[in-house]
Amino acid sequence: MSNPIIRNILRLIVLVFIQVFILDNMHLGGYINPMLYVMFVLMLPFETPGWLMLFSSFVMGFSIDIFTGMTGIHTFSTVFMGFVRPSVLRLVSSSRDYEPGLQPSVRDLGWDWFLPYSILLIFIHHTLYFFVEVLRFSEFFAILGRTILSSLVTLIFIFLAQVIIYRKKKR
Amino acid sequence: MRNLIAFLQRFHFFILFLILETVAIIIIASNNSYQGSAIQGFANELGGGITNRYNNLTDYVNLRETNRILAEENARLRRQIESSYVKYTHHTFTINDTIYKQQYTFIDAKVISSSSSKRNNYMMLNKGSIHGVKKSMAVISSNGIVGIVSSVSKNYSKVMMVLHSESRISAKLKRTNYSGSLIWKGGNYRYGLLTDIPSHIDIKKGDTVITSGFSLDFPEGIMIGRIENFKQDPGTSTYEGKVKFSADYNKLDYVYIVRNLFKEEQQTIMNTEQ
Repeated sequence: MSNPIIRNILRLIVLVFIQVFILDNMHLGGYINPMLYVMFVLMLPFETPGWLMLFSSFVMGFSIDIFTGMTGIHTFSTVFMGFVRPSVLRLVSSSRDYEPGLQPSVRDLGWDWFLPYSILLIFIHHTLYFFVEVLRFSEFFAILGRTILSSLVTLIFIFLAQVIIYRKKKR
Repeated sequence: MRNLIAFLQRFHFFILFLILETVAIIIIASNNSYQGSAIQGFANELGGGITNRYNNLTDYVNLRETNRILAEENARLRRQIESSYVKYTHHTFTINDTIYKQQYTFIDAKVISSSSSKRNNYMMLNKGSIHGVKKSMAVISSNGIVGIVSSVSKNYSKVMMVLHSESRISAKLKRTNYSGSLIWKGGNYRYGLLTDIPSHIDIKKGDTVITSGFSLDFPEGIMIGRIENFKQDPGTSTYEGKVKFSADYNKLDYVYIVRNLFKEEQQTIMNTEQ
Protein backbone atom coordinates (compact mmCIF):
# COMPACT_ATOMS: atom_id res chain seq x y z
CA MET A 1 0.00 0.00 0.00
CA SER A 2 2.97 2.29 0.35
CA ASN A 3 3.54 2.56 -3.40
CA PRO A 4 1.66 5.70 -4.51
CA ILE A 5 0.90 4.27 -7.98
CA ILE A 6 -0.73 1.13 -6.60
CA ARG A 7 -2.54 3.18 -3.96
CA ASN A 8 -4.01 5.50 -6.60
CA ILE A 9 -5.05 2.65 -8.87
CA LEU A 10 -6.81 0.96 -5.94
CA ARG A 11 -8.47 4.26 -5.06
CA LEU A 12 -9.71 4.56 -8.66
CA ILE A 13 -11.25 1.09 -8.62
CA VAL A 14 -12.92 1.59 -5.23
CA LEU A 15 -14.32 4.99 -6.23
CA VAL A 16 -15.71 3.66 -9.54
CA PHE A 17 -17.40 0.85 -7.63
CA ILE A 18 -18.91 3.17 -5.01
CA GLN A 19 -20.05 5.64 -7.66
CA VAL A 20 -21.60 3.17 -10.07
CA PHE A 21 -23.17 0.64 -7.75
CA ILE A 22 -24.07 2.75 -4.72
CA LEU A 23 -24.28 6.49 -5.41
CA ASP A 24 -25.87 6.20 -8.87
CA ASN A 25 -28.59 4.02 -7.38
CA MET A 26 -29.37 6.50 -4.63
CA HIS A 27 -32.27 8.78 -5.37
CA LEU A 28 -32.13 12.10 -3.63
CA GLY A 29 -35.20 13.95 -4.85
CA GLY A 30 -34.44 13.69 -8.54
CA TYR A 31 -32.29 16.82 -8.65
CA ILE A 32 -29.24 15.68 -6.77
CA ASN A 33 -26.58 13.49 -8.29
CA PRO A 34 -23.52 13.25 -6.02
CA MET A 35 -20.23 12.49 -7.80
CA LEU A 36 -17.83 11.23 -5.18
CA TYR A 37 -15.43 9.93 -7.85
CA VAL A 38 -13.92 13.40 -8.33
CA MET A 39 -12.11 12.77 -5.03
CA PHE A 40 -9.65 10.73 -7.10
CA VAL A 41 -8.43 13.87 -8.91
CA LEU A 42 -8.46 15.89 -5.68
CA MET A 43 -6.21 13.35 -3.96
CA LEU A 44 -3.61 12.75 -6.69
CA PRO A 45 -0.17 13.42 -5.15
CA PHE A 46 1.31 16.92 -5.53
CA GLU A 47 4.35 15.61 -7.38
CA THR A 48 2.26 13.97 -10.14
CA PRO A 49 3.56 15.27 -13.49
CA GLY A 50 1.04 17.28 -15.51
CA TRP A 51 0.62 14.78 -18.33
CA LEU A 52 0.03 11.91 -15.91
CA MET A 53 -2.55 13.93 -14.01
CA LEU A 54 -4.46 14.71 -17.21
CA PHE A 55 -4.25 11.10 -18.26
CA SER A 56 -5.41 9.80 -14.85
CA SER A 57 -8.34 12.24 -14.91
CA PHE A 58 -9.22 10.94 -18.35
CA VAL A 59 -9.14 7.30 -17.20
CA MET A 60 -11.31 8.15 -14.19
CA GLY A 61 -13.95 10.00 -16.23
CA PHE A 62 -13.91 7.35 -18.94
CA SER A 63 -14.40 4.50 -16.44
CA ILE A 64 -17.48 6.23 -15.00
CA ASP A 65 -18.77 6.91 -18.52
CA ILE A 66 -18.54 3.23 -19.47
CA PHE A 67 -21.03 2.38 -16.74
CA THR A 68 -23.39 5.29 -17.10
CA GLY A 69 -24.49 5.16 -20.71
CA MET A 70 -21.29 6.44 -22.33
CA THR A 71 -22.37 10.04 -22.60
CA GLY A 72 -18.74 11.29 -22.58
CA ILE A 73 -19.66 14.09 -20.18
CA HIS A 74 -17.87 12.60 -17.17
CA THR A 75 -14.70 12.30 -19.27
CA PHE A 76 -15.02 15.87 -20.52
CA SER A 77 -15.55 17.51 -17.14
CA THR A 78 -13.00 15.36 -15.28
CA VAL A 79 -10.23 16.11 -17.81
CA PHE A 80 -11.01 19.80 -17.43
CA MET A 81 -10.82 19.41 -13.67
CA GLY A 82 -7.36 17.86 -14.03
CA PHE A 83 -6.36 20.74 -16.30
CA VAL A 84 -7.29 23.48 -13.82
CA ARG A 85 -5.97 21.67 -10.75
CA PRO A 86 -2.43 23.16 -10.96
CA SER A 87 -3.89 26.67 -11.19
CA VAL A 88 -6.18 26.04 -8.22
CA LEU A 89 -3.21 24.68 -6.25
CA ARG A 90 -1.31 27.90 -6.95
CA LEU A 91 -4.36 29.97 -6.04
CA VAL A 92 -5.08 28.21 -2.74
CA SER A 93 -1.80 28.71 -0.97
CA SER A 94 -0.97 26.78 2.12
CA SER A 95 0.92 27.81 5.23
CA ARG A 96 3.10 24.82 4.48
CA ASP A 97 4.81 24.29 1.13
CA TYR A 98 3.62 21.48 -1.09
CA GLU A 99 6.63 19.39 -0.23
CA PRO A 100 6.95 15.87 -1.67
CA GLY A 101 5.43 13.21 0.54
CA LEU A 102 2.55 15.42 1.58
CA GLN A 103 -0.91 14.30 0.50
CA PRO A 104 -3.55 16.80 -0.64
CA SER A 105 -5.78 15.71 2.22
CA VAL A 106 -7.31 17.07 5.40
CA ARG A 107 -4.83 15.04 7.44
CA ASP A 108 -1.74 16.68 5.98
CA LEU A 109 -2.88 20.22 5.26
CA GLY A 110 -5.93 20.83 7.44
CA TRP A 111 -9.50 21.90 6.81
CA ASP A 112 -8.68 25.56 6.12
CA TRP A 113 -6.67 24.45 3.08
CA PHE A 114 -8.78 21.48 1.98
CA LEU A 115 -12.11 23.35 2.03
CA PRO A 116 -11.42 26.09 -0.55
CA TYR A 117 -9.37 23.66 -2.66
CA SER A 118 -12.11 21.05 -2.92
CA ILE A 119 -15.01 23.52 -3.16
CA LEU A 120 -13.40 25.31 -6.13
CA LEU A 121 -12.55 22.14 -8.06
CA ILE A 122 -15.85 20.38 -7.37
CA PHE A 123 -17.84 23.43 -8.38
CA ILE A 124 -15.90 23.78 -11.65
CA HIS A 125 -16.39 20.08 -12.41
CA HIS A 126 -20.11 20.00 -11.55
CA THR A 127 -20.92 23.23 -13.41
CA LEU A 128 -19.31 21.88 -16.55
CA TYR A 129 -20.98 18.49 -16.13
CA PHE A 130 -24.52 19.78 -15.71
CA PHE A 131 -24.25 22.39 -18.47
CA VAL A 132 -22.77 20.02 -21.04
CA GLU A 133 -25.40 17.43 -20.08
CA VAL A 134 -28.21 19.71 -21.22
CA LEU A 135 -26.47 22.19 -23.59
CA ARG A 136 -29.42 24.53 -23.48
CA PHE A 137 -29.49 27.95 -21.91
CA SER A 138 -33.26 27.96 -21.51
CA GLU A 139 -32.83 25.77 -18.46
CA PHE A 140 -30.16 27.99 -16.91
CA PHE A 141 -31.62 28.31 -13.40
CA ALA A 142 -32.66 24.69 -13.15
CA ILE A 143 -29.11 23.65 -14.07
CA LEU A 144 -27.59 26.13 -11.64
CA GLY A 145 -29.79 24.73 -8.89
CA ARG A 146 -28.78 21.18 -9.70
CA THR A 147 -25.11 22.20 -9.79
CA ILE A 148 -25.16 23.87 -6.39
CA LEU A 149 -27.19 21.16 -4.66
CA SER A 150 -25.17 18.31 -6.15
CA SER A 151 -21.86 20.06 -5.37
CA LEU A 152 -22.94 20.39 -1.75
CA VAL A 153 -23.86 16.72 -1.47
CA THR A 154 -20.62 15.65 -3.22
CA LEU A 155 -18.68 17.84 -0.77
CA ILE A 156 -20.40 16.23 2.20
CA PHE A 157 -19.54 12.78 0.87
CA ILE A 158 -15.92 13.77 0.31
CA PHE A 159 -15.63 15.23 3.82
CA LEU A 160 -17.09 12.04 5.27
CA ALA A 161 -14.60 9.99 3.26
CA GLN A 162 -11.76 12.22 4.54
CA VAL A 163 -12.89 11.76 8.13
CA ILE A 164 -13.06 7.99 7.69
CA ILE A 165 -9.60 7.79 6.09
CA TYR A 166 -8.17 10.14 8.73
CA ARG A 167 -9.50 7.97 11.56
CA LYS A 168 -8.08 4.81 10.09
CA LYS A 169 -4.62 6.33 9.77
CA LYS A 170 -4.62 7.59 13.37
CA ARG A 171 -5.07 4.17 14.94
CA MET B 1 12.51 20.66 -36.03
CA ARG B 2 14.25 21.78 -32.88
CA ASN B 3 11.73 24.58 -32.57
CA LEU B 4 8.91 22.11 -32.88
CA ILE B 5 10.32 19.93 -30.10
CA ALA B 6 10.84 22.98 -27.92
CA PHE B 7 7.29 24.04 -28.63
CA LEU B 8 5.93 20.60 -27.75
CA GLN B 9 7.99 20.52 -24.55
CA ARG B 10 6.78 23.91 -23.51
CA PHE B 11 3.10 23.36 -24.21
CA HIS B 12 2.81 19.58 -23.76
CA PHE B 13 0.38 20.02 -20.86
CA PHE B 14 -1.98 22.19 -22.88
CA ILE B 15 -1.67 20.04 -26.01
CA LEU B 16 -2.43 16.84 -24.11
CA PHE B 17 -5.40 18.62 -22.52
CA LEU B 18 -6.73 19.54 -25.96
CA ILE B 19 -6.24 15.99 -27.27
CA LEU B 20 -8.05 14.39 -24.34
CA GLU B 21 -10.90 16.89 -24.47
CA THR B 22 -11.24 16.25 -28.20
CA VAL B 23 -11.62 12.53 -27.47
CA ALA B 24 -14.31 13.39 -24.90
CA ILE B 25 -16.13 15.60 -27.39
CA ILE B 26 -16.01 12.81 -30.00
CA ILE B 27 -17.64 10.50 -27.44
CA ILE B 28 -20.31 13.11 -26.65
CA ALA B 29 -21.00 13.57 -30.35
CA SER B 30 -21.12 9.82 -31.03
CA ASN B 31 -23.81 9.60 -28.38
CA ASN B 32 -26.10 11.82 -30.43
CA SER B 33 -25.21 10.61 -33.90
CA TYR B 34 -27.88 8.65 -35.63
CA GLN B 35 -25.72 5.75 -36.80
CA GLY B 36 -24.36 4.83 -33.40
CA SER B 37 -20.69 4.06 -33.27
CA ALA B 38 -17.92 1.71 -32.33
CA ILE B 39 -17.27 3.61 -29.10
CA GLN B 40 -20.87 3.13 -28.00
CA GLY B 41 -20.76 -0.56 -28.86
CA PHE B 42 -17.54 -1.05 -26.95
CA ALA B 43 -18.92 0.68 -23.86
CA ASN B 44 -22.18 -1.26 -24.01
CA GLU B 45 -20.34 -4.60 -24.08
CA LEU B 46 -17.82 -3.77 -21.35
CA GLY B 47 -20.06 -1.84 -19.00
CA GLY B 48 -23.00 -4.15 -19.60
CA GLY B 49 -20.96 -7.28 -18.88
CA ILE B 50 -19.74 -6.07 -15.51
CA THR B 51 -23.04 -4.51 -14.44
CA ASN B 52 -24.86 -7.67 -15.42
CA ARG B 53 -22.75 -9.74 -13.04
CA TYR B 54 -23.38 -7.34 -10.18
CA ASN B 55 -27.06 -7.26 -11.06
CA ASN B 56 -27.33 -11.05 -10.79
CA LEU B 57 -26.27 -10.69 -7.15
CA THR B 58 -28.83 -8.08 -6.20
CA ASP B 59 -31.59 -9.50 -8.35
CA TYR B 60 -33.64 -11.36 -5.81
CA VAL B 61 -34.11 -8.35 -3.55
CA ASN B 62 -36.83 -7.06 -5.88
CA LEU B 63 -38.31 -10.47 -6.61
CA ARG B 64 -41.52 -9.98 -4.67
CA GLU B 65 -42.38 -6.67 -6.38
CA THR B 66 -41.46 -8.06 -9.81
CA ASN B 67 -43.67 -11.07 -9.24
CA ARG B 68 -46.60 -8.90 -8.27
CA ILE B 69 -46.29 -6.73 -11.36
CA LEU B 70 -46.00 -9.74 -13.67
CA ALA B 71 -48.98 -11.47 -12.02
CA GLU B 72 -51.07 -8.32 -12.48
CA GLU B 73 -50.11 -8.17 -16.11
CA ASN B 74 -50.94 -11.85 -16.56
CA ALA B 75 -54.38 -11.26 -15.11
CA ARG B 76 -54.93 -8.27 -17.37
CA LEU B 77 -53.92 -10.24 -20.46
CA ARG B 78 -56.00 -13.24 -19.43
CA ARG B 79 -59.04 -10.97 -19.32
CA GLN B 80 -58.47 -10.16 -22.97
CA ILE B 81 -58.15 -13.63 -24.43
CA GLU B 82 -61.02 -15.20 -26.29
CA SER B 83 -61.85 -17.86 -23.74
CA SER B 84 -62.83 -15.31 -21.14
CA TYR B 85 -65.61 -13.94 -23.32
CA VAL B 86 -69.06 -15.46 -23.59
CA LYS B 87 -70.66 -15.46 -26.99
CA TYR B 88 -73.82 -13.35 -26.92
CA THR B 89 -75.08 -14.16 -30.37
CA HIS B 90 -76.51 -17.34 -31.78
CA HIS B 91 -75.82 -16.58 -35.38
CA THR B 92 -73.20 -18.80 -36.83
CA PHE B 93 -70.25 -17.15 -38.40
CA THR B 94 -66.76 -18.06 -39.42
CA ILE B 95 -63.70 -16.28 -38.22
CA ASN B 96 -61.50 -15.42 -41.13
CA ASP B 97 -58.07 -15.48 -39.59
CA THR B 98 -56.42 -13.81 -42.53
CA ILE B 99 -57.91 -10.44 -41.66
CA TYR B 100 -55.59 -10.31 -38.66
CA LYS B 101 -51.95 -9.92 -39.33
CA GLN B 102 -49.46 -9.48 -36.57
CA GLN B 103 -47.81 -6.07 -36.61
CA TYR B 104 -45.83 -6.05 -33.38
CA THR B 105 -43.73 -8.65 -31.66
CA PHE B 106 -42.14 -8.25 -28.25
CA ILE B 107 -38.70 -9.19 -27.02
CA ASP B 108 -38.50 -9.51 -23.26
CA ALA B 109 -35.42 -8.01 -21.64
CA LYS B 110 -33.98 -7.55 -18.20
CA VAL B 111 -32.90 -4.13 -16.96
CA ILE B 112 -29.29 -4.30 -15.86
CA SER B 113 -28.86 -0.65 -14.99
CA SER B 114 -30.85 2.52 -15.15
CA SER B 115 -30.95 6.00 -13.69
CA SER B 116 -33.63 8.53 -12.93
CA SER B 117 -31.79 11.31 -11.18
CA LYS B 118 -29.91 12.76 -14.14
CA ARG B 119 -31.21 15.20 -16.73
CA ASN B 120 -30.63 12.60 -19.45
CA ASN B 121 -31.38 9.12 -18.22
CA TYR B 122 -30.41 5.87 -19.89
CA MET B 123 -31.16 2.24 -19.24
CA MET B 124 -29.11 -0.82 -20.17
CA LEU B 125 -30.87 -4.03 -21.25
CA ASN B 126 -29.47 -7.54 -21.55
CA LYS B 127 -30.63 -8.05 -25.13
CA GLY B 128 -28.66 -6.93 -28.18
CA SER B 129 -28.34 -7.30 -31.92
CA ILE B 130 -28.06 -11.10 -31.77
CA HIS B 131 -31.54 -11.16 -30.19
CA GLY B 132 -32.94 -8.96 -32.95
CA VAL B 133 -32.84 -5.61 -31.19
CA LYS B 134 -32.34 -2.62 -33.49
CA LYS B 135 -31.81 1.06 -32.92
CA SER B 136 -34.94 3.21 -32.39
CA MET B 137 -37.17 0.30 -31.31
CA ALA B 138 -39.65 1.23 -28.61
CA VAL B 139 -39.33 -0.11 -25.07
CA ILE B 140 -42.36 -0.60 -22.82
CA SER B 141 -42.95 -2.16 -19.42
CA SER B 142 -46.03 -3.84 -18.00
CA ASN B 143 -47.11 -0.50 -16.56
CA GLY B 144 -46.33 1.88 -19.37
CA ILE B 145 -43.85 3.26 -21.84
CA VAL B 146 -40.12 3.37 -21.04
CA GLY B 147 -38.21 4.82 -24.00
CA ILE B 148 -36.45 4.15 -27.26
CA VAL B 149 -33.36 2.03 -28.00
CA SER B 150 -30.53 4.46 -28.68
CA SER B 151 -27.62 2.11 -29.33
CA VAL B 152 -27.14 -1.61 -29.69
CA SER B 153 -24.14 -3.86 -29.29
CA LYS B 154 -23.92 -7.62 -29.72
CA ASN B 155 -25.39 -8.60 -26.36
CA TYR B 156 -26.65 -5.37 -24.84
CA SER B 157 -28.66 -2.35 -25.75
CA LYS B 158 -28.94 1.15 -24.36
CA VAL B 159 -32.30 2.83 -24.02
CA MET B 160 -32.93 6.56 -24.08
CA MET B 161 -35.62 6.76 -21.43
CA VAL B 162 -38.66 9.04 -21.43
CA LEU B 163 -36.66 10.87 -18.74
CA HIS B 164 -34.36 12.54 -21.28
CA SER B 165 -34.14 16.07 -22.63
CA GLU B 166 -34.33 14.83 -26.24
CA SER B 167 -37.27 12.52 -25.63
CA ARG B 168 -40.48 13.51 -27.42
CA ILE B 169 -43.28 10.99 -27.55
CA SER B 170 -46.44 11.35 -29.58
CA ALA B 171 -49.28 10.89 -27.10
CA LYS B 172 -53.03 11.34 -26.96
CA LEU B 173 -55.81 11.64 -24.43
CA LYS B 174 -57.71 8.38 -24.36
CA ARG B 175 -61.14 9.94 -23.69
CA THR B 176 -61.13 12.69 -26.33
CA ASN B 177 -58.58 11.27 -28.74
CA TYR B 178 -56.71 14.59 -29.07
CA SER B 179 -52.98 14.28 -29.44
CA GLY B 180 -50.01 16.19 -28.11
CA SER B 181 -46.42 15.43 -27.38
CA LEU B 182 -44.94 14.22 -24.15
CA ILE B 183 -41.65 15.66 -22.90
CA TRP B 184 -39.75 15.66 -19.62
CA LYS B 185 -38.37 18.88 -18.22
CA GLY B 186 -36.16 17.35 -15.56
CA GLY B 187 -36.75 17.35 -11.82
CA ASN B 188 -39.16 14.84 -10.39
CA TYR B 189 -38.96 11.61 -12.36
CA ARG B 190 -42.58 10.70 -11.63
CA TYR B 191 -44.02 13.57 -13.71
CA GLY B 192 -43.85 14.43 -17.41
CA LEU B 193 -45.39 17.22 -19.42
CA LEU B 194 -47.97 16.79 -22.19
CA THR B 195 -47.72 19.80 -24.50
CA ASP B 196 -49.51 21.08 -27.61
CA ILE B 197 -53.02 20.05 -26.61
CA PRO B 198 -55.49 22.42 -28.28
CA SER B 199 -57.14 24.59 -25.63
CA HIS B 200 -60.70 24.27 -26.94
CA ILE B 201 -60.97 20.63 -26.00
CA ASP B 202 -62.43 19.24 -22.84
CA ILE B 203 -59.69 18.04 -20.55
CA LYS B 204 -60.12 16.73 -17.03
CA LYS B 205 -57.92 15.84 -14.14
CA GLY B 206 -57.30 12.11 -14.17
CA ASP B 207 -57.63 11.72 -17.95
CA THR B 208 -55.62 8.77 -19.24
CA VAL B 209 -52.72 9.55 -21.57
CA ILE B 210 -51.71 6.83 -24.04
CA THR B 211 -49.40 6.59 -27.04
CA SER B 212 -50.93 7.87 -30.26
CA GLY B 213 -49.51 5.29 -32.63
CA PHE B 214 -48.39 8.06 -34.99
CA SER B 215 -44.75 7.12 -34.56
CA LEU B 216 -43.49 4.04 -36.32
CA ASP B 217 -42.07 2.55 -33.15
CA PHE B 218 -44.72 2.69 -30.43
CA PRO B 219 -47.92 0.69 -30.89
CA GLU B 220 -51.10 2.65 -30.28
CA GLY B 221 -52.68 2.67 -26.84
CA ILE B 222 -49.70 1.94 -24.60
CA MET B 223 -50.31 3.52 -21.20
CA ILE B 224 -48.23 6.60 -20.35
CA GLY B 225 -49.93 8.04 -17.29
CA ARG B 226 -52.72 10.26 -16.01
CA ILE B 227 -53.24 14.02 -16.11
CA GLU B 228 -52.47 15.42 -12.66
CA ASN B 229 -53.29 19.05 -13.48
CA PHE B 230 -53.22 21.35 -16.50
CA LYS B 231 -52.93 25.01 -17.42
CA GLN B 232 -52.88 27.15 -20.53
CA ASP B 233 -49.44 27.55 -22.00
CA PRO B 234 -48.68 31.29 -21.71
CA GLY B 235 -48.79 33.10 -25.05
CA THR B 236 -50.32 30.24 -27.01
CA SER B 237 -53.70 28.63 -27.39
CA THR B 238 -52.59 25.25 -26.13
CA TYR B 239 -52.79 23.43 -22.83
CA GLU B 240 -49.89 21.98 -20.91
CA GLY B 241 -50.77 18.98 -18.81
CA LYS B 242 -48.70 17.58 -15.95
CA VAL B 243 -48.73 13.82 -16.37
CA LYS B 244 -48.05 11.34 -13.61
CA PHE B 245 -46.24 8.40 -15.23
CA SER B 246 -47.91 5.06 -14.66
CA ALA B 247 -44.57 3.25 -14.57
CA ASP B 248 -42.16 3.82 -11.70
CA TYR B 249 -38.85 4.15 -13.56
CA ASN B 250 -36.94 3.41 -10.42
CA LYS B 251 -38.42 -0.02 -9.97
CA LEU B 252 -38.33 -1.56 -13.44
CA ASP B 253 -36.73 -4.98 -13.64
CA TYR B 254 -38.22 -6.48 -16.78
CA VAL B 255 -39.28 -4.65 -19.94
CA TYR B 256 -40.38 -5.47 -23.48
CA ILE B 257 -38.68 -4.26 -26.65
CA VAL B 258 -41.26 -3.67 -29.36
CA ARG B 259 -40.53 -4.72 -32.90
CA ASN B 260 -42.73 -3.24 -35.60
CA LEU B 261 -42.87 -5.83 -38.41
CA PHE B 262 -44.26 -3.28 -40.87
CA LYS B 263 -41.80 -0.54 -40.10
CA GLU B 264 -39.79 -0.84 -43.30
CA GLU B 265 -42.92 -0.82 -45.42
CA GLN B 266 -44.27 2.23 -43.60
CA GLN B 267 -40.96 3.97 -43.89
CA THR B 268 -40.67 3.34 -47.62
CA ILE B 269 -44.07 4.86 -48.22
CA MET B 270 -43.24 7.90 -46.13
CA ASN B 271 -39.98 8.44 -47.98
CA THR B 272 -41.55 8.23 -51.44
CA GLU B 273 -43.96 11.02 -50.52
CA GLN B 274 -41.18 13.46 -49.79
